[in-house]
Amino acid sequence: MKRVALAVALAALATVPLWVPGTFYVNIASQILLYAIFALGINVLAGYAGLVSLGHAGLFGIAAYTGAKILTGGSGHLTGVAAALAVTVLAAAVFAVLALRGTGLGFVMITVALGQIVWGVAYRWISLTNGDNGISVTTRPSPLGLSLAAPRSFYWATCGVFLLALLSMAVFVRSPFGAAVRGTRDQPRRMNALGYHVWMIRFVAFLFSGLWTGVAGLLYLYYNQFVSPQAVALTASAEALLMVISGGTGTLLGPVVGAGLVVLIKNVASAYIERWNFVLGATFVVIVVFMPEGLVPGLARLARRAGARWRPPAVAVPAPPGGAGR
Amino acid sequence: MGLWLLLAVNSITLGGLLFLLSAGFSLIFGLMKIPNLAHGSFFMLGAYLATSLIAHGVGFWPAALVAGLGVAVFGGIVERLVLRRLAGAELAQVLVTLGLSFMVADVCLMVWTGDPIRIDTPPALRGATAVMGFGFPTYRLAISVIAVVFAAGLWLLLDRTRLGAMIRAGVDDPAMARVAGIRVSRLFTIVFCLGAWLAGFAGVMGGPILSVYPGLDGEMLPLALVVVILGGSGSLVGSLVGSVIVGFLYNFGQAMFPELAYVVLFLPMLLVLVVRPQGLFGRTAA
Repeated sequence: MKRVALAVALAALATVPLWVPGTFYVNIASQILLYAIFALGINVLAGYAGLVSLGHAGLFGIAAYTGAKILTGGSGHLTGVAAALAVTVLAAAVFAVLALRGTGLGFVMITVALGQIVWGVAYRWISLTNGDNGISVTTRPSPLGLSLAAPRSFYWATCGVFLLALLSMAVFVRSPFGAAVRGTRDQPRRMNALGYHVWMIRFVAFLFSGLWTGVAGLLYLYYNQFVSPQAVALTASAEALLMVISGGTGTLLGPVVGAGLVVLIKNVASAYIERWNFVLGATFVVIVVFMPEGLVPGLARLARRAGARWRPPAVAVPAPPGGAGR
Repeated sequence: MGLWLLLAVNSITLGGLLFLLSAGFSLIFGLMKIPNLAHGSFFMLGAYLATSLIAHGVGFWPAALVAGLGVAVFGGIVERLVLRRLAGAELAQVLVTLGLSFMVADVCLMVWTGDPIRIDTPPALRGATAVMGFGFPTYRLAISVIAVVFAAGLWLLLDRTRLGAMIRAGVDDPAMARVAGIRVSRLFTIVFCLGAWLAGFAGVMGGPILSVYPGLDGEMLPLALVVVILGGSGSLVGSLVGSVIVGFLYNFGQAMFPELAYVVLFLPMLLVLVVRPQGLFGRTAA
């Protein structure tokens, strides 16, 4: 049953450009997947490690800006991508050393400040980042000779990277390291007493999170072929965090569902009203107040309750798909 | 020499504004343990409300007081209706204040449009005052004086009154304060309203210097964050010292390294975090 569902989902994902009407929707699908990667990256910290970061747009932006600087400097795509990811992971290490001075709200505040520094550099250091005008990148890469210039081919490339990200998350969640990360979230003192190096586990989780955030930042750069301080703003961090929270923190599929939800609301809402930020804020408030555990666990709970009502109580209820995380 | 002196005065003025803004932020953080990410919005909302009042013929000072009251009422509603529902879930409370800040920013954009609005300096405080042979803008001096008066007032309130003693007890140990018969949840509302009032009032005070424009909230919030991280949460002295430090860093940073102003502003904060995570005047780790 689970395998069939997985196969259907994979087939549906791979054939999106064939059955959606028009390139507009293909592009939206690409956006959803690239933001899903970003949300998966944040979820490593916010969901599994219990460390809520409001500065991840900073890392996202560092990847995009580094890539843009290197590409406009005339280097090839391979160099650009490798260097951008290396710089992002390095930046994530710096972020981690500083932010892990605190946990809980201290962590939140330090990441806000770090994100704002990156934003300030992107906005004010005009000779480096071109300020508010941003940096344009003229070409997309053509790995193995396949050009990604068309929306369809770009979607398939994004889809491939997304599946890789999802797979790495699944492996991470099931690995002993994943269990250790969840342990530091739930019982840091006991983990310490058991001989785990809590700080180091969190540090490595931060790097893992930063790596996928960087990948998403690069995809964002290639998708828009442009990057500006907007990508680094506090709103961007909040938006990405909303994806994780609305879908369900600490679940594998939650961030993906949340990314789809937020990108769709954003595109649908902005077609009718100009006030996207109001809708974003209101969604945030409603979800946090009424469905704090997120859509995926929330719906799973509803389904379980409905299932328990219809079936004789002796039948064991299967674990929800998101249950692996908690 | 004149330039440096003027920069110093501007720094102290900004420090005064930041003190008004961050004293409330720091009290809320100290008592309720949440960084109120809507605090920049309170600042902006106060300034915008005042522009409307002044446009309807209300004087500067009454407008400042009433706009502050409006923001305080809004803060009270937020605390009672939203934050109260999430009592104990601090992270959820922070996220809600963030969501609210987006909503306030968008409503302000809708009501007051995107053009910057200047609040006119009150007539009595226009022009310059000569101090020791140098001419200083009178209004900026006035802000510094107001900040000092408020600092003294807040200190008296916290240190010399029954309410202040209750608030201090709530900051130190909310559980014990409850056991001793203090209604801590009512303190939450009072402190939240007081903080919102201070922020709204600061917004109006800042109007003639900064003017009001969309994005003002996002510029003030990080400054308040830095002040509280530098000074330590829940500490009035910390807020005062932190505000003056940030005022100087921001103005001198802008003047000397305009492209790196933000880095100059945040680096000392990171340094403090690494060396002394609880802030310069904080007692326990945040």
